[in-house]
Amino acid sequence: MARMKFVCDAERCIECNGCVTACKNENEVPWGVNRRRVVTLNDGVPGEKSISVACMHCSDAPCMAVCPVNCFYRTDEGVVLHDKDVCIGCGYCSYACPFGAPQFPASGTFGVRGKMDKCTFCAGGPEVNGSQAEFEKYGRNRLAEGKLPACAEMCSTKALLAGDGDVVADIFRNRVVQRGKGAEVWGWGTAYGSRQAGQPAGGKS
Amino acid sequence: MMRLLMLTIVLAGLSACTEKPQTLSGVKSDVAPFQGAENQFAAPGWTRGDKTSWEQGLKARAQNTQNEYSKAK
Repeated sequence: MARMKFVCDAERCIECNGCVTACKNENEVPWGVNRRRVVTLNDGVPGEKSISVACMHCSDAPCMAVCPVNCFYRTDEGVVLHDKDVCIGCGYCSYACPFGAPQFPASGTFGVRGKMDKCTFCAGGPEVNGSQAEFEKYGRNRLAEGKLPACAEMCSTKALLAGDGDVVADIFRNRVVQRGKGAEVWGWGTAYGSRQAGQPAGGKS
Repeated sequence: MMRLLMLTIVLAGLSACTEKPQTLSGVKSDVAPFQGAENQFAAPGWTRGDKTSWEQGLKARAQNTQNEYSKAK
């Protein structure tokens, strides 16, 4: 299997925030924490584009590189997860992440900042798969249930694609060929490298 | 007086023995998702513990739920 990846099709996203709601509901994310959010570029200008943004589970994740306590790990499926029992809530990952994924709850062991929380690709964390302990710390482990992330499965226009990188790339490629435009994949170059984004090395994402 | 002072020093020295060790334990090992979840919400169509089956199940789910072009054909 290739690595798990997210693709947001900006031609299809209608800024309904269904993905945000699905994520909040599925993982019972507390108030003030947004694992996923919809960002609109050129808001109000004709031709505006919206994209759904969360942790992209980067191939070479900057959060992993800067974490002083090494609380991050990558699964065999390419999902970047972290151990909240090791996290000290320093916030370095927040500064390093190009997508603004790390979130810091305002309550918890470390008071104002709290331990970091982020999108888990609905893969839980280092607790027993599907256990109550895992759910309370990280949210639901849908991958272990044979399902894809709730945000993508609930997307009304299927703008947000999630799953095996080869499969989602194939679905997206087919769409672009059919409609003849909208080949830009926001964030792919940054998250997975420019070659995988179909751009020359060094190109902008 | 000297005895009291010694007792205070000994007690202060022993207080460290009650502190919890703060050595970094490292990240706990995670179980692969194809091993399945310990709940009743598993999607049908794949065998728990079989990696190939789990991968095929997810690929089929991705195509069936996200690719409407395959449905239109």
